[in-house]
Amino acid sequence: MQWETVIGLEVHVQLATQSKIFSGASTAYGAEPNTQACAVDLGLPGVLPVLNENAVAMAVRFGLAIDAEIPEISVFDRKNYFYPDLPKGYQTSQMGQPIVGAGEVEITLEDSSTHTVRIHHAHLEEDAGKSVHENFHSQTGIDLNRAGTPLLEIVSEPDMRSPKEASAYVRALHTLVTYLGISDGNMNEGSMRCDVNVSVRPKGQESFGTRAEVKNVNSFRFIERAIEVEVERQIDLLEDGGTVVQETRLFDPDRDETRSMRTKEEANDYRYFPCPDLLPLMLDQAYVDHQRTLLPELPAEKRQRFIDVLGLSSYDAAVLTATRAMAEYFEQVHTRCSDAKLAANWVQGELSGRLNKENLDITQSPVSAEQLGDLLLRLKDDTINGKAAKQVFAELWSRTFETADEVIEAKGLKQVTDTAAIEAVVDQVIADNPIQVTQYKDAEPDKRGKMIGFFVGQAMKASKGTANPQQVNQLLKQKLDALL
Amino acid sequence: MAIEHADVLRAAHLARLGIDDADATRYVGDLSRILEMVDALQGVDTEGVAPLAHPLDATQPLRADEAIEPDRREAFQACAPSVSQGYYLVPRVVE
Repeated sequence: MQWETVIGLEVHVQLATQSKIFSGASTAYGAEPNTQACAVDLGLPGVLPVLNENAVAMAVRFGLAIDAEIPEISVFDRKNYFYPDLPKGYQTSQMGQPIVGAGEVEITLEDSSTHTVRIHHAHLEEDAGKSVHENFHSQTGIDLNRAGTPLLEIVSEPDMRSPKEASAYVRALHTLVTYLGISDGNMNEGSMRCDVNVSVRPKGQESFGTRAEVKNVNSFRFIERAIEVEVERQIDLLEDGGTVVQETRLFDPDRDETRSMRTKEEANDYRYFPCPDLLPLMLDQAYVDHQRTLLPELPAEKRQRFIDVLGLSSYDAAVLTATRAMAEYFEQVHTRCSDAKLAANWVQGELSGRLNKENLDITQSPVSAEQLGDLLLRLKDDTINGKAAKQVFAELWSRTFETADEVIEAKGLKQVTDTAAIEAVVDQVIADNPIQVTQYKDAEPDKRGKMIGFFVGQAMKASKGTANPQQVNQLLKQKLDALL
Repeated sequence: MAIEHADVLRAAHLARLGIDDADATRYVGDLSRILEMVDALQGVDTEGVAPLAHPLDATQPLRADEAIEPDRREAFQACAPSVSQGYYLVPRVVE
């Protein structure tokens, strides 16, 4: 039997606010345990939550970016359950009237095809604390610093049909929220966390199969793998005559499997009701319109502009707009050197290569966009050649010099374009290599083109890399062919 | 709306309330009478009436996004049953 996979995702995005969603405690990552958990976060008696205006603004901007309706009224509800990292005994969330209505996100697959994923809604809620099981003898430690951190939960329709589509969707969301500046998108620090709803059905069948919810899928790599192993499990089960049970499962990357979270089975009655401590949130049209004016250029718009205005290929445009930091870096380099193609090649080539090798993010690049832009300007105006440019880049990378011009000056990398000087070098190379000259003369005419490379190499070496390679090539060809 | 013995035990469990069988039997009667009273509301015609999320006719005020709370861990942990290395300690949670 041919099976089709159906996937829907719930993605929790930690919003990049300074303070928590309902209290003035800091949200900074990595503080000493419980030093950023105030009376509201601890659920102490007599406290009153007050909503953070920035969390609201960020949620609205996300909604506008996915072309969603922003309802005039949204309501906070209590989701009731007991767990030690949730001291209030309920999570403040939104159930029936979320802040962001239905919208759409466009995803691009590896083969450049695009596909629309519908968003059912997105709602605001608070994060829970963290449990530490390792360090305490037969006890669990609770750190409530994360409790009350604002989350935007983005719920998709079951519109994805393969693990690749699911990871492309999460990447698209990641790009979007980092462009909007509403999240740092740092998956290692849990800024984006996914729950994946997976089901299978015989190909051609209209109704959905029973789904399982897979939790703890917190990296791009794990999203695809978790879906693959869960799909395999469900198909095996159905083909052996079994049935899929609707349940919550946990992905275990070490054992490469999903397993049932039996402890939560009977906890699924959350008894939602409107939170009496919070009034309905009202957002009028003027507010929404104002938020719209604060939207930056979105990734899809930027990509199109790079193609239409800067003349980049769609591949280059996609790579350079993958993150906002990358796009901004590229745009600064381009502003400096006014050559989009040259800037694109260097950002994707020399720079990205080095960054990958040293496992650095573009924001940590030792070479600034201004430095690279100025370097490319010297390449473009023929002050230096390509080989020297790489040397200058290496010097800037190791931070021995401040600017490209300093390196060029100190290392004597200025390109020699004076014909007489190059001619002298070329004559010397020909005189020093009589055997190769004879071989050149004896070679078939169509082989000579390749053989000239040896002489070019020798000449570049003799000029310490500063000769203009095109001129060297041309002069050598003239002089060698004159010997025939 | 009738409520049964099992419903009472389930509600008590969800709320983590320890009640015995005799209590449960008594609550079946009490809760059923409360529900009957609330049931009177079902008779009201609510066609075209939006659900009310809050009894106050007001909307949510917003707070500036500023981290202004000081670290009061020591004071808060003074009344916790068990703490270690800055963490609140609870009986081991098994996943």
